[in-house]
Amino acid sequence: MVAMVSKPHGGRLVRRRATGKRLEALREEAKELPKIELPYDIAVDVENIANGVFSPLEGFLVQEDYLHVLYDMRLSNDVPWTIPIVLDVDPDEIVGVKEGDDVALTYNGKPIAVMRVEEIYGWDKKEYAKMVYKTTDTRHPGVAKTLEKKELLIGGPIDLIDHIESRFEKYLLWPEETRVLFREKGWKTIVGFQTRNAPHRGHEYVQKAALTFTDGLFINPLVGWKKKGDFKDEVILAAYEALIKHYYPKDVVVLAVLRTAMRYAGPREAIHHAILRKNFGCTHFIVGRDHAGVGNFYGPYEAWDIFDEFPDLGITPLFIREAFYCKKCGGMVNAKICPHGEEHRLKISGTKIREMLKKGEKPPEYMMRPEVAEAILRFDNPFVE
Amino acid sequence: MSEKEKTRSRYTTVSIPVTLYNRIKELIKGTGFTSVSQYVTYVLREIIAAHEEARYTEPFSEEDKKRIIEKLKKLGYL
Amino acid sequence: MSEDKVTIKISKDVYEKAKQYIEKYGGFNSVEELVEFVLNEALSEEQGEAQRVYSKEEEEKVKERLRALGYI
Repeated sequence: MVAMVSKPHGGRLVRRRATGKRLEALREEAKELPKIELPYDIAVDVENIANGVFSPLEGFLVQEDYLHVLYDMRLSNDVPWTIPIVLDVDPDEIVGVKEGDDVALTYNGKPIAVMRVEEIYGWDKKEYAKMVYKTTDTRHPGVAKTLEKKELLIGGPIDLIDHIESRFEKYLLWPEETRVLFREKGWKTIVGFQTRNAPHRGHEYVQKAALTFTDGLFINPLVGWKKKGDFKDEVILAAYEALIKHYYPKDVVVLAVLRTAMRYAGPREAIHHAILRKNFGCTHFIVGRDHAGVGNFYGPYEAWDIFDEFPDLGITPLFIREAFYCKKCGGMVNAKICPHGEEHRLKISGTKIREMLKKGEKPPEYMMRPEVAEAILRFDNPFVE
Repeated sequence: MSEKEKTRSRYTTVSIPVTLYNRIKELIKGTGFTSVSQYVTYVLREIIAAHEEARYTEPFSEEDKKRIIEKLKKLGYL
Repeated sequence: MSEDKVTIKISKDVYEKAKQYIEKYGGFNSVEELVEFVLNEALSEEQGEAQRVYSKEEEEKVKERLRALGYI
């Protein structure tokens, strides 16, 4: 037994990867079972469940947990959980499947997991949108995706029988691995950073502000479905490699990816992101202004306020203000520590940076490190189309 | 019964002395807590979580750990 | 005869969690005892601080001085 500092969510790191004889048996069984083909986003979440990223979940939510998460932001045992992890199916996909049966979950036709069907139930997609996204406006990318989903949900535990290859295998670490890694490095306090962006000077500032007080920094970009115009995953990784190489001390940073879709659920997703990083072994989590937001659907500080409702989250949120360059201060600062007026401040705008990069231009140094910009500009088209 | 009512009806009650109730009501004035119930729920969650935080051991064995360290070395993390 | 009681609503899930907590670690005979304990703790923390330092009148005096000096 190995003692560690931070506890996984719900008290136990879930492991549902079949191994040895059991794996052989399940692989054999899967050939004969009814099959449900999964889209990529759900398939990678199956692997996340199996490897404890979503601890304490052992599978897809059954109705009681689903409703609790929807209305109380907690599982039925009161453990905080804000984003329903559900599997949607069409009735004709599961003809003849009864509660208690096993089904094979496939990706690209290949079985990746066996699921014990505990419950098949209907759901109200609009209600889901209203509760999770706080809107039913289809201009919200999460809402649009939800309304396209299938009519039934099936819940039950899964056992993973195959791995989904990643383009980023080298960067793919699981919670049990990061937990060992952090301990081997001697870190006791680790701050997690969620991102879906190539790093500009503002990101670097908040990371370093946090890192001033913690032993280590865990940069954990989401790779997977993103909206048009976002940076491509490989671009984000190359940009971070450049930043770390040129501007971070050795041995204070770990860069690894998390394969899961952005939901753009603002405050609820901020809690979700914090829980996932707690499972990776983080003790602290940086929550940005309008974290996981999109458009004007959420207030700028809603994602901070929601943490007040979770005294039992088990990971400490760090609310760090947006950084800008102040000509008077002569450096990167934020509104809390800079007394000077707007006329002295140079704002760092992600939109502006993307526009410049799109034209093949290097943003000014106060916005983005030149080495980072160069790494991005090495790609023909750095953005999701 | 709607979906919402199904979960919402899952409440139970506890009794506390009136004097204590009144003092708590006074205490939470202007704090953002809107009822004694809400406050009790909050402090119970807080105290239970704080207590349980300290008691945890990883479920994996020394062999698991060795295997993980090997992988981390191979990938250049260690 | 014990003093008058008032009932408050709490979610069943939290109640169950509190019950399990008591079963695991002991120290209390019921969830109600635990609730009373944590609420009394909260009160004594609050009052302990206030009483230890100064009375309302004393606090007002301090504030007056701070105001006079331009701190508040």
